[in-house]
Amino acid sequence: MKANCWTGRNSVEVQDVPEPSILNSRDAIVKITSTAICGSDLHLLDGYVPTMQKGDIMGHEFMGEVVEVGPGITDGRLRVGDRVVVPFPIACGACASCRAELYSCCENTNPNAGISEKFFGHPTAGIYGYSHLTGGFAGGQAEYARVVLADANALKIESDLTDEQVLFLSDILPTGYMGADMCDIQEGDVVAVWGAGPVGQFAMDSARVLGAEKVIAIDKETYRLDMAAAQGYTTIDFEDTDVRSALLELTGGRGPDKCIDAVGMEATHGASHVHLYDRAKQAVRSETDRPHALRQAILSCRSGGVVSVIGVYGGLIDKFPAGAWMNRSLTLRTGQCHVHTYMKPLLGLIEQGKIDPTRIITHRLPLTEAPTGYDLFKNKKDHCEKVVLKP
Amino acid sequence: MKTDPRSTSRLQHDPLVRGLGWASALLGVPQVVAPAGFARALGVGDAFRHRSATTAVGVRELAAATGLLGRPHPAWLWGRVGGDLMDLTMLTRALKNHNGRGLGRTVAATAAVTALTATDVYAAVTRTRRSTPMELTATTTVSRPPDEVYALWRDLERLPDFMAHLEEVRVTGPRTSHWRAGAPFGKAVEWDAETTEEVAGRLIAWRSVDGADIDNSGEVHFVPAPGGRGTEIRVTLRYDLPGGALGKAAARYFGEEPHQQLDDDLRRFKQIAETGEVVRSEGAPGGKRARGEFPQHPARPLTEDELKEALA
Repeated sequence: MKANCWTGRNSVEVQDVPEPSILNSRDAIVKITSTAICGSDLHLLDGYVPTMQKGDIMGHEFMGEVVEVGPGITDGRLRVGDRVVVPFPIACGACASCRAELYSCCENTNPNAGISEKFFGHPTAGIYGYSHLTGGFAGGQAEYARVVLADANALKIESDLTDEQVLFLSDILPTGYMGADMCDIQEGDVVAVWGAGPVGQFAMDSARVLGAEKVIAIDKETYRLDMAAAQGYTTIDFEDTDVRSALLELTGGRGPDKCIDAVGMEATHGASHVHLYDRAKQAVRSETDRPHALRQAILSCRSGGVVSVIGVYGGLIDKFPAGAWMNRSLTLRTGQCHVHTYMKPLLGLIEQGKIDPTRIITHRLPLTEAPTGYDLFKNKKDHCEKVVLKP
Repeated sequence: MKTDPRSTSRLQHDPLVRGLGWASALLGVPQVVAPAGFARALGVGDAFRHRSATTAVGVRELAAATGLLGRPHPAWLWGRVGGDLMDLTMLTRALKNHNGRGLGRTVAATAAVTALTATDVYAAVTRTRRSTPMELTATTTVSRPPDEVYALWRDLERLPDFMAHLEEVRVTGPRTSHWRAGAPFGKAVEWDAETTEEVAGRLIAWRSVDGADIDNSGEVHFVPAPGGRGTEIRVTLRYDLPGGALGKAAARYFGEEPHQQLDDDLRRFKQIAETGEVVRSEGAPGGKRARGEFPQHPARPLTEDELKEALA
C-alpha cells in the first residue's frame, strides 16, 4: 500500500509499504477514507520531537472503514463495515489514568514507556505516527492502518455526516475544545487564543460555544486572522502590534480572563532579538522549545485567570515567568488532548450545527501528494490552513 | 573496589593469604633497613639508584604485608601481582645490562620472583569473588484487586509472557519449578526453584535450590492500594551476577540494565492484568523484547517474514 513516510529532517515521501496486520487480539484494520496533516506533524517533520526513524509512517488524524477485526473483540462492539474515527492517543480504558479520563496519559499503550518515562518522568500513551517515544505505532497517512485496542479506541459514525465533518474528531477539534474546557469559562469571560491555526480556530469556536463574551485571536498570518475575523472574533497581529498593550486595551486594562496557548514549542516572536535568543539556545541544545506564546499568555492574563496550554511542548524551556504565574494566582492547565472524553459530545455539537469543522479546510489532496501538502502547510503557502488527504 | 566485610573475615583465616602477607613482611624489612646489602645479595649492584629502588620495593612490600595481615582483601593480592610484574621488569633490565658479577644470584632471584608471581596470581584469582550479589526492587500499581493480581502471578508458567529474560518456567511439583532464562552474550542459565513462602493474595517468595547456574531468590508482595486503586505490587529480586563487577559493567555496556528491565517487566505484567496482553507496536512488534531492539523496526507494517519472527 501507499503511505507517507518520514525520510529525514524536513523530508517526507510516499512509499510502498506492506499492508498492516493484526498484532494484538483486540486490533482492527481500517481502510482509510480520509486523513489529515496536523500542526504537530510539523514538529516531527523538522526533528524537534526526538526518536523518529527513517521509514516511519506519519499521521494521527484518520478515519475509515473497518475491514478486519481481531479475535479478541467478541462483544460485537466493532464489526467489519463499521465507519469509524480514530482518536490519536491510544487508550486501554482500564488503567487508573483512563478511568480518570486522562486518556493521553494511558499507562498501558506505550511499548516504549521506559523511554517516555526518561523524558517526562512518567510514561505517556501510545500515539499513531508520532515517533518511537510514543510507542513506534504506524501512522494513518496511508491506505490502511492498524487500530490498537480497537474496541476502546474507535468512534463509530452512524449518521450520514460527511468525512470532512467528522474527521477532525480524531484530534484537532477535541484538542481545541479541551483548551477552552480547561478555561472553566464563566459568563462575561474574555478569552484570548494564541495561534490561529486549525487548533486555535477550534479553541475559539469552542470558547464561544462554552459561553465566552469575547474571543480574541493572536497570530501574524493575515489570512488566518481573516479566517477568525470572519467568525466574529477580534484579531491582533503580533507583527505590528504590542500584544500585551492591545489585550489591555481590549479588556479595560484587566487582561483576558482566560488565555489559550495553541502554538507550542515552535513559536515565532514579533521582536527578533527574543526570537534569536531562543533559536540560539535551541541550536546549542540548552533549550528545546521556544515558549514565546506561553510567556506572553502568562504575562497578559488577568490576576486569578487561567492559562490553558494545548500547543505541544516536548522538552525544556527557558525564562518561564514563574513570578507572574505565582504572584498573580494564575492557574496553568494543560495536557495532550483526552480525545475519548470529547468525541461523543462534539459529534452531537456537529450534528446540531453548533460547530462546523469543515470551515478550516483549505486544501484537499490525494495521499500521493502528501509531501506537497506538508510544504504548503509548513511554509504557509497558498493561504494553507488545513490539508485533508484522500487515499 | 568496595570492601566486603564477609570477604575480609574469610581471608583473615586463609593460610595462603597469611603466608603471602608474611612473605611480604620478611622481604620488606631487610629491603627498607639495609637496601645496599639486599641489592648486593641480588647481584644487581649497590649504586644510589639500586639502593633507592630497593627501598621503594621494601616500602611497597610492607604496605602489602599490613593489608594482607590486617584487613585482607583481594585488592591487596592483585596489588602484589602488580608489584611482582614491576620487580620482574626491573630484574630483566638488570639481567640485560649485567656486568657479570653475581649473575648467578640475579638469575636465582628472577626465578624466585617468577615463582612468587605464579603463587600471587593463583591466590588473587581464587580469592576474588566470582560474582556480585545484586538486589533489585521495583513496584507498580495494577487496577485489579490483590486476589486477582496474585492469582495471575501465581500462574508461574505465564511469567515468561512479560519477563524479558525468562524463556521458560515449568512447574515440577506443588512447591517446585524449573526455570530457564537468557543471559547476557546469548548464554542461557537454568535453575530449579522452590517456593519458600506463600500467603494467598499477599505474598509469594522463592529461592533457587543448590546447583543453580545463578543463585537467586526473591519475593513479591501484593498490597491493597489506597483509595481503592487496586494492588501495589512490590518485587524484590536477589541474585549473584556472574563475572563480578566486571561482568556487571560489561553487561551494562551491551545494553542490559537490570533495574530498567525489571521496571519494564512489571509494566508488561500490568498490561496483561489490565488489558489482557502485552501491547505491540510496529516499532516494537516483539512485545517483551521492546527495549533490546533500538533502533527499532520503523513504525510501518511488517513484511510477512518480519511478522513471523516477531510473533514467534
